Amino acid sequence: MAKKSMDVLVDPLVDNNPIALQILGICSALAVTTKMETSLVMSLAVIAVCGFSNLAVSAIRHFIPGSIRIIVQMTVIASMVIVVDQVLKAFFYDISKQLSVFVGLIITNCIVMGRAEGFAMKNKPGISFLDGIGNGLGYGLVLMFVAAFREFFGSGSLFGVELMVLDRNGGWYNPNNLMLLPPSAFFLIGLLIWIIRAFKTDQIESA
Amino acid sequence: MQQRDSLGYTLMAAAVLCVVCSLAVSAAAVALRPIQEANEKLDQQKNILDAAGLAIGEYGKVAGELEPERIKELYGWVSEKMVSLESGTYDVDANPDTWKLMDAMSNPATSIAITDPEFDPGEERRPETMKVFFVKRPGSDSIQQVVLPIYGKGLWGTLYGYLALKSDLKTIQGITFYQHKETPGLGGEVDNPRWKAQWDGVHLYDEDGNPAANVFKGPAPTDNVYAVDGLSGATITCRGVTNLVRYWAGDDAYGPFLTQLKSEMKESEQSDG
Repeated sequence: MAKKSMDVLVDPLVDNNPIALQILGICSALAVTTKMETSLVMSLAVIAVCGFSNLAVSAIRHFIPGSIRIIVQMTVIASMVIVVDQVLKAFFYDISKQLSVFVGLIITNCIVMGRAEGFAMKNKPGISFLDGIGNGLGYGLVLMFVAAFREFFGSGSLFGVELMVLDRNGGWYNPNNLMLLPPSAFFLIGLLIWIIRAFKTDQIESA
Repeated sequence: MQQRDSLGYTLMAAAVLCVVCSLAVSAAAVALRPIQEANEKLDQQKNILDAAGLAIGEYGKVAGELEPERIKELYGWVSEKMVSLESGTYDVDANPDTWKLMDAMSNPATSIAITDPEFDPGEERRPETMKVFFVKRPGSDSIQQVVLPIYGKGLWGTLYGYLALKSDLKTIQGITFYQHKETPGLGGEVDNPRWKAQWDGVHLYDEDGNPAANVFKGPAPTDNVYAVDGLSGATITCRGVTNLVRYWAGDDAYGPFLTQLKSEMKESEQSDG
């Protein structure tokens, strides 16, 4: 059992990463990854929502009528997201302003819903919670990877700490504007998937 | 299992779920509202102080890096008044404490349609009355700066901000945007302190009194007193900022009020002297 919970938590980080292998949740991975700080908060929000919605859905799984189960999951997830959004507005005002609508859009993040329907409906609350946290972490890992590249090459900084002084601020680095635009995340995620599959050859789908 | 899929059970489960979820959501919203409102107010005050250059002037830092107590102290220099834009006179009946731009600009009862403006801010409506801010140093009677709320369309959405004028009411002190949806690193550079610092001393009106301040395309020539540098990769944002600054400075918006205020300030100067 102990080994299984560990697996559930660690598996989604690389071996079964929701973005890299399952290709879920790409939308927000493109939108919020220009800065590492916002990506970190977004990741934490998704981890919290994914973990607690899995917990809640699993806890009531025996009471959910089969015919409306997707709607029920959606309602649970939406409520969690609104609560998280309110907490961010109260305690992380500046960051919540930058994330704006994207926190609300966690509701439509397929990872959350996918785990609720695919895992939490069939498993006990404890292990479902870990599964949610693990998948949230897997999502967060990719977000931080993408954000690190985009912030470094697009803004010359990491976590807002200036490492390369931009030419518009009197320095030498002429930033790569593509890195500031959402499509760059496509290239980065593509490269990441390539790297992962170069080492984990079992992830390659047969053509 | 049979029972779990019956119509009655399904309806009941849905109803219970709705009640529980709505209670959780409203509890969070109600419990956190006071903190959120305090945040919002502090954020507005920071932006007003930054537009007026007070935080930099007094402490050498932007307001965002100051303690909340310092903000409160500095904001003590600021007084608020409601102004009716069309006549340019003070609206003493309106309460500045409860007035909110977002409510006033969309409500048909408190706003007018923007039709055929000389400079297009990209918006459909503007409030009839606006809340303006006066900065006076402690112990001084004369107005040092006037801070005006402004807004207009950028690339992805509306930019909301403040424009601060020096006491001659013709020269810009500073500009800040507290809410916008521009691309971080491109149009989002309207938040860059270095770019914002360029607005200090820019002439708002040309010699004929027409709004002339603008964001240049590319680096602004040093002898151009009306322009600040353009932001690279943000043509539409820059055009939007130019238009909204000119719109609000023009006769369609704050023009009448600024004329009124100018004569008012001249009078008080004369009576002092």
